Formats: sequence, structure tokens, C-alpha cells
Amino acid sequence: MRYDRPTDLAEALAIRAERRVILMAGGTDIYPAFAQRKAWGDASRADILDLSALPGLDAITEDEAGWRIGSMVTWAALADAPLPLLFDGLKEASRHVGGQQVQNRGTLAGNLCTASPAGDGIPNLMALDAGVELSSQAGRRLLPVADFLTGYRQIALRPDEIVTALVVPKGPPARAAFVKLGARHSLVISIAMVAAIVELDAQDRIAAARIAIGACSPVALRLPGLEAALAGERLATAPRRVEAAHLAHLVPISDVRASAEYRREVALHLVRDALARIHQETARRAA
Amino acid sequence: MLDRSKTRPLRLIVNNQPHAVTADPFTPLSEVLRDHLGLTGTKIGCEAGDCGACTVLVDGVQACSCLIPVAQAEDVPVLTIEGEDGDGLIRRLKEAFLAHGAAQCGICTPGMIMAAADCLMKDPQAGRAAIEDALGGVLCRCTGYVKIVEAILDVARGGGLPVQDPEGAFGARIARVDGRPKVEGIDLFGADSAPGDALYLRILRSPHASARFTLGDCRPVLDRVPGLVAILTAKDVPGENSFGIFPTIKDQPVLADGFVRFRGEAVLALAGTREAVEAVRDADLPIEWHPEEAVIGVGMGLAPGAPVLHAKVPDNVLTRGYLECGDVEAGHAAAAVTAEGAFETAFVEHAYIEPEAGFAVRLGDRIEISACTQAPVMDQEEVARVLGIPKAAVRIRPTACGGGFGGKLDVSVQPLLAVAAWQLGRPVRIIYTRPESMASTTKRHPASIRARASADAEGHLLAYEMTGDFNTGAYASWGPTVANRVPIHATGPYKVPHVRNRTRAVYTNETPAGAFRGFGVPQAAIANETLLDDLALQLGLSRWAIRRRNALGHGDRTPSGQVLHASAGLPECLDAVEDAFRTFEAEAEAFNAGATRFRRGAGVACMWYGCGNTSMSNPSTMRIALLPDGRLVFFNGAVDIGQGSTTVLLQIAAEALGLPPAAFESVIGDTDLTEDAGKTSASRQTFVSGNAARLAGLDLRRAILALGNAGPEARLALEGATLLIRDGEASRRVDLAALPRDDEGFVLVGRGTYDPPTTGLDARGQGVPYATYGFAAQVAEVEVDMLLGTVKVRRIVAAHDVGRAVNPTLTEGQIHGGIAQGLGLALMEEFIPGRTENLHDYLIPTVGDMPEITIHLIEDPEPEGPFGAKGVGEPALVATAPAILSAIRHATGARICRVPVLPHRLFEALQAKGARS
Repeated sequence: MRYDRPTDLAEALAIRAERRVILMAGGTDIYPAFAQRKAWGDASRADILDLSALPGLDAITEDEAGWRIGSMVTWAALADAPLPLLFDGLKEASRHVGGQQVQNRGTLAGNLCTASPAGDGIPNLMALDAGVELSSQAGRRLLPVADFLTGYRQIALRPDEIVTALVVPKGPPARAAFVKLGARHSLVISIAMVAAIVELDAQDRIAAARIAIGACSPVALRLPGLEAALAGERLATAPRRVEAAHLAHLVPISDVRASAEYRREVALHLVRDALARIHQETARRAA
Repeated sequence: MLDRSKTRPLRLIVNNQPHAVTADPFTPLSEVLRDHLGLTGTKIGCEAGDCGACTVLVDGVQACSCLIPVAQAEDVPVLTIEGEDGDGLIRRLKEAFLAHGAAQCGICTPGMIMAAADCLMKDPQAGRAAIEDALGGVLCRCTGYVKIVEAILDVARGGGLPVQDPEGAFGARIARVDGRPKVEGIDLFGADSAPGDALYLRILRSPHASARFTLGDCRPVLDRVPGLVAILTAKDVPGENSFGIFPTIKDQPVLADGFVRFRGEAVLALAGTREAVEAVRDADLPIEWHPEEAVIGVGMGLAPGAPVLHAKVPDNVLTRGYLECGDVEAGHAAAAVTAEGAFETAFVEHAYIEPEAGFAVRLGDRIEISACTQAPVMDQEEVARVLGIPKAAVRIRPTACGGGFGGKLDVSVQPLLAVAAWQLGRPVRIIYTRPESMASTTKRHPASIRARASADAEGHLLAYEMTGDFNTGAYASWGPTVANRVPIHATGPYKVPHVRNRTRAVYTNETPAGAFRGFGVPQAAIANETLLDDLALQLGLSRWAIRRRNALGHGDRTPSGQVLHASAGLPECLDAVEDAFRTFEAEAEAFNAGATRFRRGAGVACMWYGCGNTSMSNPSTMRIALLPDGRLVFFNGAVDIGQGSTTVLLQIAAEALGLPPAAFESVIGDTDLTEDAGKTSASRQTFVSGNAARLAGLDLRRAILALGNAGPEARLALEGATLLIRDGEASRRVDLAALPRDDEGFVLVGRGTYDPPTTGLDARGQGVPYATYGFAAQVAEVEVDMLLGTVKVRRIVAAHDVGRAVNPTLTEGQIHGGIAQGLGLALMEEFIPGRTENLHDYLIPTVGDMPEITIHLIEDPEPEGPFGAKGVGEPALVATAPAILSAIRHATGARICRVPVLPHRLFEALQAKGARS
């Protein structure tokens, strides 16, 4: 059982190319899974490739094209980063993943790679039209988040690749919100959650909307029908445009947290809430 | 399998000190802190980032040390509860936690203090919202977080600490006398110590709810794994391979013998080095499983032809409970209104933050067990039986107990440790994992209750009848206690002339259900309080008024025929919450007038609870000794599971003796040194052991006064080995060193025994089952999101008749914690075997879920109690869930018959109601 914590990317990529390893960033998903296995009589572990000592991966940088969020950027770092309103939803999620202990260690990229349907970062990344920067000895490629997530806890990460960054493209100024529904206040796995981003024109009408829902399908889903329907809509009235038909492609399940029927019904309200929250925040800023 | 090469040297900086350790870099930091550096103040509650007990500061910010590979902590400053920051902030937090009663059991305290330190380092004047955010990742099961937040706010405001009464006897708000080690992180819980050469024990548990199994030859595994010393099976149990609460129902094996009856049942015990027992995977062991049809739920257990769990009980009905008075049919017939309903509750997990742990040492023909427990003498009896040795050959030395709530009344680790240490002749230790603790130890019984209540046109209750089936799981545990206690309490604390209550405890292939704060009464209260609301609605009466009209008070007769001669303060409790109820009701109606999505509601509920065991002798004996050197030792066999008995009993003993608590030292729970105080359960320690402590204090006082030839008003003082007796103008100095000593080396001893006066119950459940009862009324205000079905409990006002509060700070702490558990029972807690065996799928309230709480302590002294006191531990919880359900109904019109009211369940109820109207 090896444990490697390389201090340069080339070394990490060489290890990655050489053998099967579990990639570790903040560890906040790896240890709970390990504890569960250990409790039921399997304390074995795979080789670990710890990414936390790789230089530069904990940085958020900006250029003309957009923002680059290094794969070791934690939730807490995201919440504290000077980012435009476009990131308000992601920041909101960052303050509600686990407790502050988890926010201080867990990473957005790790949340994406765990690919849980209930991963709070994922709908936000989808609404941000983010890409995943995948590095290997062969070079780098950029994959849209929606293509990176291939199924329930499945990702399109090749065995020789490491996620090195999440890339958020720049567009017109936009506003964002995230709403999370859980059965208690803190430390709660989402029953359902919605990330919404809208671009507004000079008349406060929606020029473009990007909305994604999590925990209502194996992989979070965008709502293209609704996004199209919202074009040209006034922000104040946008929540009223949300219809059940816009969510017809969701395939929620029943589990210990909620029933499938409930998820389907409340998803509608959560989408409206997300849009209403953007409206309230926009009005508050204007006042 | 064992790979030493995986370890490597690592440099750590912990509490400003450099340390060199050699460890697998994957080892969680928590484990390295505890096992390599001996810093056991960092607690491990889940190994999954769900509980926050292991919170430390890493590079200046809070983190769960169970989620950090030690490799990532290399060369990074780590600060633990044992450390000091430059500004003395951690020190101030520790003092504030102690003074405010913010530590109860103390297992979450180090994590809480470190999370608070992170918060106040960022903002020394942090307000409530920031503090609650910072604590959101640390679970506490005892305090309801109230006094924790108060303590931190106190530090943030730079305020002074509460003034302590220096005498500190009965009624004083003294800091808990065992609190210092808890806030310093040096109290030793089950996992915190063991002999250096102790072997580790790991239990292989059944993954099936019902199965037969055959065991192959384990020898090859033993030969293959270096450091693996033994694999123990049912054959290795030297005495009886069975245990259980009741002498006649020892139905649970220490290690299963050929078949298992629930998922989580112990099958094999692996002993060896920690690496060795962890290196063996369950899948490597020669077990062949043959799963069988499992009985899930009482309906299936009671169905004709259901699989039989225990051959002696062919119908799967473990026990029946019964109470009848008056003529229930006639009562219903004479009524103006009748209400009925069917109610369902779930398995509830105790979720103490300390998983079971301890160690055992064999010393010749004796064995010593150090583990967390609520019942040392019962542990002693079970261990003796399992080993086939005399009870006197077993010594139980309880460790600090990181929460119990009934879950540590049954043995868990004790017989397993005993068998291993006995057979191997070496010290053995065990630490349950969180999933193991949740899968294998007892739960609150799920209840299926049908009930019917009738009243006359003025709202006087006439008749009540209920049938309750309680899912007791695979083994009896405390099932009979639940079945017997519920019929007595099931009407609620009301005058009802005609009653018939029937209960059954039913075996299923689910997790054994046992004792949990209230022994079935919280489940029954949901039914009776809902029906009372029904009757009030039908009659157009206020929900408060119908309760006040029927409340049991002085001179009233209970359904078991017991006349309450004293300390029956429910009317006063209701009066104390009346204004709050009317205010909440009026405010809710005003709020709802303009609202669509969010609606508020007010609810009220009452409770009663008999202190002590039901119609059974449950004595307690306490001793206080004076030593020749002037030491005054309180031998107190009652274990403190966080509720504060070590402090409360000392205050009572001090009051009786006439010396301050600070003059004493205490010896707690050790079965070689203390006498049997009975179990820490049934809200009995303050009342029963409190009386024993009072009598012991009086006994010693009598001996002292006789020695000094002093009158009853004499005042005592200890100065070194000199005892001063002042009686008016006269004063006498007694040189204790000069007095004769008894066999134990004591110069004076006081002893007190108390057994509450009760009678047996006849075939109709009539008699005096308890010497006294606790009463309470609670009012809740909720806000419901009508679209999402979510509930926020905004405020709770709780009035509790506690007889007299021995230490109001601790009494309030019990009520806060009970309210938190009641809120969890109402809104979020549902244990499902195999599905919610961790603290992220099984939810308990976090700090942000707690309402604002106001407490009224009603003191209607109990003449039978020590200086008027009676118990509050369980009463704190019972009224909360029904008060919340009442408030939800007021807000929404939805009558809730199933808890927990998860958002989707309330949503469905609201939809069903909408469809009807």
C-alpha cells in the first residue's frame, strides 16, 4: 500500500500513469467511505496519490477568458475569494457543505470527482458552464462538466489523468443563486438543490439563464426548456414562468431522505426560489 | 497482509511542539494525536466528519482530524484542546464552559471548544449567528447547545463568569465537580486508556437480519496473519453464552452460535495487534451464510405463520402490559365527543457521541472491566454469568461515559472483553466504530399505537383506551419495561376515570430495542396529546384549557389507582406556560393572516413520568467516610453519564452532612469500592440515590455529633486532620488521626440506603408503581414552509415540576438536552437497520436547529424526595415532540400521526389535506 504525496505535477502524472491509485485532495469523502468499509470488516485501502502538495493547485486565477479554480481550492477559499456576482451560488454552496471543518479541507474538484448525485458543487458548476481541466503526461484537455459526469458516481477521468482545475468562462455580467433543501440546519446531505445563473439586459430582462438541479437524477441536470422560456422574461416575474413540464426529464428516487414524488414536486419550488432569490438580491443591491 | 513498509517518519508541530512520529501517511491525524502522542483530548466519534468531536485547529482553522491524512499535517501547526493559544482564548473558553454548565458528558467538549476558538480567533466579538455557524459541524447530544452558545457568547463579550455559591450545597448553581477534566480534555472515556500491552478486539458481525451460518477452520487465518492471537467463537464463552436485562430472559448470545437474528449481531471476536485484527477482512474468514426470511416490523412478527425468533415464544410476543380502571365502554358511551387515531414512530438511535469502548484485565481468578456504562452492577452480574465465576470476582471500573440516554444500560463491549481477556490471559481493549455502535446496540422501540379518547361536553376526560405494539427487535433487552411502563402513563398526566391500556413487545429480526430516555412514554405521549387536541377542537375548547381542566394535581387519583398526595405540580406548570401559549397562538394567527407560504403555529403538550423502576425494588446505597488524615470520601456507585449525578448527589450529601461539596472527594461507580446504587436510568438517581446520599450524610452527621456531644444545629468544618464542631458558643476540635479505625481504615462512616416505596400491580395494573412522578408542560412555536413541508421550531417554553432543583444549572441543562432529543424525535430521527448506520444518514439536531428555549422550574417539593427533589432526566424529553406536532397542526391543519415528520411526510400530509378540503 503506497502513499505518494509528490511536490510537482510531472511526478504526480508519472505515478498516475504508472499504476492504479486513488486520488486524494481534501480527503473529506475518502475517509467516510473508508470508515464505512472498515466497520464492516474491510480496512484495506488502495494506493493513494495525495495531490495536496502540488504547487499552484490551490489558486484561483482570472484572465480575459475566465477563471481557473485549482483542484485543491477548498470550499472555504471559494467562499472567501473576491469573485463577481456570477459566483454567488457557488459561494452559497461553499458555506453549506458539511460543517466549517469540511469546508476548510474539502475541495470543489473533489466534490465533482466523487460525483454523488447530492454533490452541492455540481449544479453550480453546470450553471457556470464550467469545464474540467484534465492533465496527463499526454497533455491537457478540457471537458465540459456535463460530459465529465457520466453517471451515478461515474466520471470520464482516464486512469492516467488528474483534474488540475475547473475553468469558468467569462460572459456578460450575471447573477447567481443556490438553494439547498435538507432535513436539518447544518451538516446535511441535500434532498434537492438548485443552482441558477441569469444574465440581465439593460432593462433587467433575462438575456440568458442557466439552471441546474441536483439530487433529482443520477447526475445533476440542466433545465434547457426553462432556460429557453426565461429568455426575455423580467426577473421579477421569472419565478412564475417555471412549470412542471420544465422538470419532466428529472428522474428522482426515493431514499432515506425523501420520496421521489416529493423531490419532483419541490424541485419546482426550489427553482422558483432560486430565481426569486436572484431577484431579491438584485433589488437589494439596486436600492 | 501486514505491511510495515507503508510507515514513514513524519514531522508534526502539535501545540507548538515539534514531534517526530512514524506512521502510515494515510493514518488519520486524529489517530496519530491519540495513539502516538497520547493527546486523547481529541475524541473520535465517527471517523467520517459527521460529528466534529475530533475538531482541532490545523494551520489556524478548525478541521476534523479524522479526515486528514497525517501526511497532510506534516509541518503544519496543529492545535488541540491540550494546547494554548497566545491570547489565552482557549483557557477562557474552558473556564466559561465549566462555569456555564456547557459540558455535560464532555465527549464533544474539546471539539466544541476548538470550533469556538476558531470562531473567536477570526472575530473576538463574534455574535450568536457567527458562533452558531462555527459550531454547525460539531454535534452535541446532551446540552441542546444552549449553554455552549451562552458560554461562548460570554467569552465574546468579555463578560465575567457566573458567580458561584462558595458553600454550594443544595440548590446552588455550582459547576459540575467532575467538569474540570472534561473541559481540559483529560477526562478518560472508554477509548482513552488501556494497558500498553492490551490486545485489540474486533468483532465480526452479521451482515444479515436472519441467517444460519457454518464456521470452517479458522486456523489457517491465524497462521497466515502475524499478530493475530485468537479468533473466538461461541464455544469460547466459558459460562453461559447469553445475556439480557431480565433474570428470566437471557436471550442474546455473546457470540452467535450457528444463527443470527439481526444485522449487526456479534459472531466472531478477533484478538491481536490492531494492525492484525484490521488486516483480516471479514471476507477472509471461513463463514458460510445461509440467509433466511427476516421478520421486519411488528405487523409481520404478529402475522400468523410468521417465522419464530425464539422457540420459547412461538407468537413472537415477548411481553404484554395491561392497565384497566373503571368501565371504558361506559365511559365512551357517556361521552359528548370521542377521538381516535393510529400512530407510528420509528427506531430512534441514542447517538451518544462516544461509541462504546473499554478494556478488560484478568488478574488471577478475577477480572476487571473498564468501560463506559450506565449500570456497573448489572455489568458485573452479566460478566460473572458469562464467565461462570462469582459476582465478587468481577470488578467493574466505569470510565467516563460520553453520553448514554439508556443506550449504555445494556452490556455491549463488556462480555466480549471479558471472554477474550479471560481466555487469553492478556489485557484486551475494544473500540466500537460508529456504524458498529449503531448497528449492534439498542434503539428506542418503534411503536404502533391505536388509541381512543372521550370527554364530556365540558372537556372532562371520561375514557381512554389504547393498544400499543412495540417492536423490541431480535432480543428482549428492556422490552418488558417498555411494555409495563407504557400502560401506566399512556393516558398522559390527566384525570381519566375509565381506562384500558394494552401493550405488547414483539420480537422481529431488527436491531434490539431497549431503554431510551422515557421507556416508551414519549411514543405514547404523541398519541394521547394528539387525541386531546382532537377533543379540544371538537368541543371548541382551547388546547391549553382542556389540559388545565384535566391536569392531575394534589389529591388526584391516577389510572393505576394511586393518589398523588404531594408534588403534583402540573397545574402550576400549565399556569406558567399559559401566557406564552396565548401569545404564540395570537402571534401565529396574526402572522398567518397575511401569509401564504409560511405559516406559524403554537402547540402545547404535557407529560408525566414515574421516577424509578416500575413496581420493583430498586434500592441505592451510598457511603461517606472520614479518614484519619481528614479526607472526606463519598463512595458513590451511581455513574454520571453527563446528567450530573456526581455533582447533584454530592450537593445532597453535603447538605445533609453540613460540610461543603469542596470538602469531599468522590469515588464513583467502582464495584469494588462503592455499593450498589442501581442503574443510571428511569430518572432515579436524584430521587433514589439522592435519598441514599442524604441518609448517608445524616448518618455520618449523627456519628460526628455524638462524638462531639453536640446538638442538631451544630456547624462542622474540616481543617486538615482536625474536625471542628461548633455548637452555639461551644466548640470542639476532634483530632481524626487519634480516632480508632475500622477494617477499611476509616474513622467515621455514614451509610444510607433508600428503596422507593412502591407496590406491585395487580392483574388490572392497579397499585402504586412509583413513589413520585415528574410533570411538565411545554409550549412550542413553529414555522412551516407550506410548499416544502419543512418545519422550523422557533421557540419552546418549558415548565417542569422538579420537586426542588438541586442545581438549577444542571436541571436546565437536562431540559435543554431533552428538548433537543424531543425535537429530533419529532422532525428528523429515523434509524433504519442497514441504511442509516452513520451520523450523516441518521440526523440529530445541530445547533442551528434549536429553538429559543425558556424554562420555568416549578418547585412543588416531594416530601419523599431528598430535600424535596425528584428526577428530570426523562421528563425533559417527553412533552417536546407532541408540543411540536400540536404546533404544526395549528399552523397547517395537518394532523400528524407518524414521526419523524420528515419534509416529504409533512408535504404529503399537506397535500392530502388540500385534496380533502
